[in-house]
Amino acid sequence: MSYLEYSVKSVPSGPRKVLFLNWPLILLLSAIAGVGFMMLYSVAGGSFSPWAEPQIKRFALGLGLMLIVAMIPIWFWRSVSGGAYLGTILLLVLVEVMGSVGMGAQRWIDLGFMRLQPSELMKITLVMALAAYYDWLPPAKISRPLWVALPVLAILLPTALVLRQPDLGTSLLLIIGGAMVMFMAGVHWGYFATVSAMGVGLVTAVFQSRGTGWQLLKDYQYRRIDTFLDPASDPLGAGYHITQSKIALGSGGWTGRGFMQGTQSRLNFLPEKHTDFIFTTLAEEFGFLGGISLLGLYALIIVFCITAALVNRDRFSSLLILGIAATFFLFFAVNMSMVMGLAPVVGVPLPLVSYGGSAMLVLLVAFGLVQSAHVHRPR
Amino acid sequence: MRRPKVDNPEFQGRLSRRALLLGGAQLGFMGLLGLRMRQLQVEQSDQYRLLAEENRINIRLLPPARGEIFDRNGVSLARNQPSYRINIVREDAGDVDAVIAKLSELIELDEEDLNRAMAEMKRSAPFLPVTVADHVTWDQVSRVAVNAPALPGVTPDVGLSRQYPLDGDFAHVVGYVGPVSDYDLSKIENPDPLLRIPRFQIGKVGVEAKHEAELRGSAGTKRVEVNAVGRVMRELDRQEGQQGEDLQLTIDQKLQSYVQARLGEESAAAVVMDCRNGDLLAVNSAPTFDPNHFVTGISVANYQALTENNHRPLAAKSVQGTYPPGSTFKMITALAALEEGLVSSEDTVWCPGYLEVSDRKFHCWKRAGHGHVDLNQALRESCDVYFYELALELGIDRISAMATRLGLGLRHDLPLSGMASGLNPTRDWKARVRGQNWVPGDTVNASIGQGFVLASPLQLAVMTSRLASGLALEPHLIKSVNGVEPPRAEVPSLGLNENNLRHIRRGMFAVSNHRRGTGYGSRVIEDAYRLAGKTGTSQVRNITAAERAAGVTKNEDLPWERRDHALFVNFAPIEDPKIAVAVVVEHGGGGSTAAAPIARDITLQALFDGDPPIAAYPAKDRRKIEEQQDRLRALMPDRDGNRGDART
Repeated sequence: MSYLEYSVKSVPSGPRKVLFLNWPLILLLSAIAGVGFMMLYSVAGGSFSPWAEPQIKRFALGLGLMLIVAMIPIWFWRSVSGGAYLGTILLLVLVEVMGSVGMGAQRWIDLGFMRLQPSELMKITLVMALAAYYDWLPPAKISRPLWVALPVLAILLPTALVLRQPDLGTSLLLIIGGAMVMFMAGVHWGYFATVSAMGVGLVTAVFQSRGTGWQLLKDYQYRRIDTFLDPASDPLGAGYHITQSKIALGSGGWTGRGFMQGTQSRLNFLPEKHTDFIFTTLAEEFGFLGGISLLGLYALIIVFCITAALVNRDRFSSLLILGIAATFFLFFAVNMSMVMGLAPVVGVPLPLVSYGGSAMLVLLVAFGLVQSAHVHRPR
Repeated sequence: MRRPKVDNPEFQGRLSRRALLLGGAQLGFMGLLGLRMRQLQVEQSDQYRLLAEENRINIRLLPPARGEIFDRNGVSLARNQPSYRINIVREDAGDVDAVIAKLSELIELDEEDLNRAMAEMKRSAPFLPVTVADHVTWDQVSRVAVNAPALPGVTPDVGLSRQYPLDGDFAHVVGYVGPVSDYDLSKIENPDPLLRIPRFQIGKVGVEAKHEAELRGSAGTKRVEVNAVGRVMRELDRQEGQQGEDLQLTIDQKLQSYVQARLGEESAAAVVMDCRNGDLLAVNSAPTFDPNHFVTGISVANYQALTENNHRPLAAKSVQGTYPPGSTFKMITALAALEEGLVSSEDTVWCPGYLEVSDRKFHCWKRAGHGHVDLNQALRESCDVYFYELALELGIDRISAMATRLGLGLRHDLPLSGMASGLNPTRDWKARVRGQNWVPGDTVNASIGQGFVLASPLQLAVMTSRLASGLALEPHLIKSVNGVEPPRAEVPSLGLNENNLRHIRRGMFAVSNHRRGTGYGSRVIEDAYRLAGKTGTSQVRNITAAERAAGVTKNEDLPWERRDHALFVNFAPIEDPKIAVAVVVEHGGGGSTAAAPIARDITLQALFDGDPPIAAYPAKDRRKIEEQQDRLRALMPDRDGNRGDART
């Protein structure tokens, strides 16, 4: 499906490729990034520094990278998937080693112009590796235990490394994202049902064990769970984030307090107002209408990605697009659940809106892959 | 590299189904998020909006200016004046210790204050000012201001503090204010939030305390926006408070200051009352103290000096002190007898110098006896036996009833602290409190104001004004509140026979004007200003038989605290009396020598509204009086409280 030329029967080549990009997706991404610039401008008290300006520059850089990635044929990306996955694992080990040999608990590699977090990169390279794996695996073998165990190991290895950093949010995203790719590749229902049942059982066991001799978690970990379930029980301690975040959201009402009029963020009641909790500022200043609009933009991206995946008859491309869309979905779904008090506070940024270089660049590169898959799809 | 090719349809079909399923689940979850957003932002919005306002809005109290207190002529007795303090803001100061070291080179810093300030600084947020020196002088403030560049974070601040320009002259009437103590707070149920302002001053004693409600006013509020750590970002709005109401007293400052100077360092009390309407013109107690010390916080040493002084400067003796009224009580006994028709003014009694009652000898002060005495002579020469005889006929009930009618034994309604009710003994009282029966000897003692009878100088002034006017006068201290004079009911008559009252007044006139009157030594020779008085000398000890035998009864030979109290009450002039005066000099000796001269000077000062012409005094006293007038003039403050340099 080309938005400009319907008559093309073969994969375009050369500069003409630009015409076959999924332009609505680019516009949607830009619109969301624009919302981000606006909110970063607002939380800085009406100033481009210190957040909005670097964010705009990074977005421009990321957009450029996305186009470059999009121009390179998808079969090139498929061929480097395995290497990219192994390379990222190496980087993860590298930061782990660097951290332990005395450079502090550092999660990034300084590239000079930005700090690259390998864990961010991992979300994409994992999806690439899984997509390549199922592209290579004959469909008949997909649900065989041995062939299921391999991708599970591929998911658990980076998850364990990220968990050691410790970054609970990202490891959760890796597991669920990976599982979603496996699910769409056609792995049998039974595996997912079994794992889900075991998960439920484990959670039950964790709660049941509290206060008994075989208690599974430490006391402070239980208290964190308590705080999540009832933030009011500890309004100045761990519950503070959630309580203040809900106050900010709730006080926005239908239409919000107006641009730069949010008292919760302007007066520093909101924690991490420019990163993980930026959605609360948006909801406070633009109200329910503002919040639901942003949610709508995200939903459109998901819809466009699924559409792009469905029209693409290349196995690798479809899985890649769906995997990236699922990762993207997990980002904003976890973040929004967190600020609305539906999930515990884990450090997951709001994609394209929260301040932060690695996440944005990685996401835009990932959408470059989506574009490449779209442009180079078989006709 | 393998170019993409169309995949097998079976795989593609399953992938499409699962992609749609997962996509649908994702959209469903997003719908859930939308619903949650709606719940928070639309349904519970009001509640969260309120919480947000609570978060950011902080209400600060603006202390109102305390009402001022004036005398009857508008002279300021208690006012508010700017009080300066030095604050330090920790975050601006940087190195607090260095700044304080520099500051202490410029102004003297109290060690105790400093320790408290350092402790407060550790506790409070770094941007909050902490007071390191309170009640500093303007001079010190300017020294700090000049050196401001070298003192980062140090700022002078100004507030209002109470000031009593007339120092000690009104200490026992106006009282004083002080910072709210925990004890004060514990006494009040549901205290005004104002009281929680640090260093807020409330009335502690006297009018300041009793009229606290009017004087305090009500707090204004200021709504400020604060950020998460409590720093004030801006002021949203401000509602000015209601300033406290001004009070005007009936006291005449000039007279009050004169009386204070006249009493000097004696342990004494004096009350001057307008006997036409009950206005109190002067209510003094000596020695006095400077209430300003209490406002800023009195030092332990100074406070100890006040409490350990046996002249009790802190006591408001004129209303709190009670004394046996002695012979000043005799008018009551006489009036009761006249009213009962037991005696006429002409009837005489034989005074041999004593009266024997149930085997006990009650002596007259004049051991040789007065011979035949009628009412006028009995009052004039203060013959005790005359009143003993009347008392035995009257009985205590009728004497006590008359004393009550004349205002003794009851607590008059004045806004002053610790008002004493005195004691007007009855049979009941003795049975209840002492568990003993009343005996005739008690009545005999009571008839001359000894024994159980106790009265405050204020009560004696009320008694005298009632005798002078025949009206049931009540003392008044408040002339107006915020310029509005409260309505006063017309003073009812006491319902006493005017003829009887006239006999009493003539007797009192004779005391001060008859050659043999006990108050003759302190007479006035200007006809229009002659006094009608009564001396009193009340014993504070029982004279033992041994003492009587040894003859050691001279006051001068006794230690101070065992000497007699000297009393004098009077009104003047005899026609259309204007004022009533009561003077008590504790352990002063005889009423005629210690109290009467003071009462005369006070009376003339009041009637002339200033120093009287010297011609009003008998010739032999004039030189002494002139010297005294010069001396007292130097002690008296002017309207602004400035005194001559004589006062130490």
